Amino acid sequence: MLLSAISLNGPAKYLNWGAISLSIPNLIMIALIVLLFVLALAIPFPTHKGK
Amino acid sequence: MSIERNVDLMKWSGPKRPYDLVKEFVIALVVVTVLVGACAAIFSSPDERAITLQDWAKKAPADFVATTNGELAGTTISASYGPPYNSAGEGLQIGPLKIQKWAGVTTPVNPATDFVINPLQLSTDLSIPASLQMWKAASLEEQTTWANNYASAIGKAGDYSKVVPDNSFGPVPSITSGLLAMAQGGQLDGILTTAVSPFPSDFTMPMLFIADGTYFDDLGAAQHLHGDQWGMMNETGSYPGQSWLWLFSSMYQFEPFKSSENADPQIFAVLMLLTLGFIFLPKIPLINRLPRLIPFHRLIWRRYYRENNL
Amino acid sequence: MSTMWTTKLRQATIERIDPQDALPDNQPSYVASWIYVFGVLTLAALVVIIGSGIWITVKGAAWWHSSSVGHYVNSVHLWSVELFFVFMVVHLWGKFWMAAWRGRRFATWVTGAIAFLASLGTAFTGYLIQTNFDSQWIATQAKDGLNSVGIGSFFNTLNTGQALLVHVALLPLAVGVIVIWHVILVRRHGVVPPLDASEIAGGRK
Repeated sequence: MLLSAISLNGPAKYLNWGAISLSIPNLIMIALIVLLFVLALAIPFPTHKGK
Repeated sequence: MSIERNVDLMKWSGPKRPYDLVKEFVIALVVVTVLVGACAAIFSSPDERAITLQDWAKKAPADFVATTNGELAGTTISASYGPPYNSAGEGLQIGPLKIQKWAGVTTPVNPATDFVINPLQLSTDLSIPASLQMWKAASLEEQTTWANNYASAIGKAGDYSKVVPDNSFGPVPSITSGLLAMAQGGQLDGILTTAVSPFPSDFTMPMLFIADGTYFDDLGAAQHLHGDQWGMMNETGSYPGQSWLWLFSSMYQFEPFKSSENADPQIFAVLMLLTLGFIFLPKIPLINRLPRLIPFHRLIWRRYYRENNL
Repeated sequence: MSTMWTTKLRQATIERIDPQDALPDNQPSYVASWIYVFGVLTLAALVVIIGSGIWITVKGAAWWHSSSVGHYVNSVHLWSVELFFVFMVVHLWGKFWMAAWRGRRFATWVTGAIAFLASLGTAFTGYLIQTNFDSQWIATQAKDGLNSVGIGSFFNTLNTGQALLVHVALLPLAVGVIVIWHVILVRRHGVVPPLDASEIAGGRK
């Protein structure tokens, strides 16, 4: 069997805030979207000489 | 201000920069392939084994018997469901629109007959034929009375195995324990998965039956998969799930939907409206002005605005 | 009919694109932000999804439960889907804040939105055919919503054979067609100029 380096088969942790309940893995995926969006806007795109 | 500016419509004739789209795609494909390959190797993917009727009957026999009795009494979810399975209920509605009812019975399921009585005809238990004969000879009223009596006796005793035998149950205890034995032996899985066709590809029968019990429901709750646990977004284990269903999932957590009996079709209707809004977003006043009002574009095109002193 | 529909189709799609704009090696100077790569990243993830999906299709729906290679390919399929949605949402946000529907690009927005919705359906049917506890759970939960609006009368989540065919044949075709249409529209109209770009002499000649 190919063993994965990190086992994600155990139960997830959940953040509960009032009626909101969000699993840490889902939070990470959502945070990744926000992070990529921010980085895409913040990091300068490599420049080449324009034609 | 919906007049589209000339420059938006025209082919760009201003300054250009080298930007090879083919190269960009090839690099993106390599990066994504490596990234995905690494994620797959590091995190793998969840594979919680499917539940069978045999698992259920072996691990939770009391729940199995109580549910089987519920099918006979007509009190389970599927026995009182309505369309598309049967006419035991009206189904849900949005205001006056009874779409579920109008769509009709397209996947006929009679839980008492399909889950319990028919499979038992294949039982090798010698006491079963007499019990089945007694059941079939009885009126619907008698059948329901037997099953209800047995249900309240189970309720009082806490478990079918502690119920003191009584004639008021009719053949029901014999029927339910006969089915339990078939399920524990694994025969019931075969019978129900081949109920529609001898080539199993349709699991409507066994899954409706399994989902009527509390065993399956509890497994879902333990994995945080219930609708009221935002379960639609969640996955077994610690894997990310369908987080893109956050809006759909969230609507079940708040009023007026949370306590609505017709939450399903109501939420569906609201989502359809929002979906139309999403598709036609560029035509919605104010929302289509947001990109101007909140100027993220100043960041995206900052070099362009700087170079052109804008 | 003066023109064959095939000719009309060609004229409406491929021939509307200037050959130089189909797969260009240069872009307007304002195309200088990392936000622009997320459309292509989404496409790349889609290619990995389709590739791993074809692999699983060839081996069969239950292959991955017993084969370690199969489980790995299933993991590739899962993570490419997760990243596909991540990239697509960043792409969507980027296009929204650029008001990228300007200049007759409304159809591009619409096809992109529909591609997103079709992807939701494809992901959902994929979850249904994992043939494990998760798919049993999702099928029994989702049936009520679909039944309540009549969809259940022609799509039964508990009919795994139906979900399998919808997932591997019907929906990839739908997503494929709409994505190709989307990309053709993007190439045909070019990348939307910055807001207020018309005020610059260099932009219009």
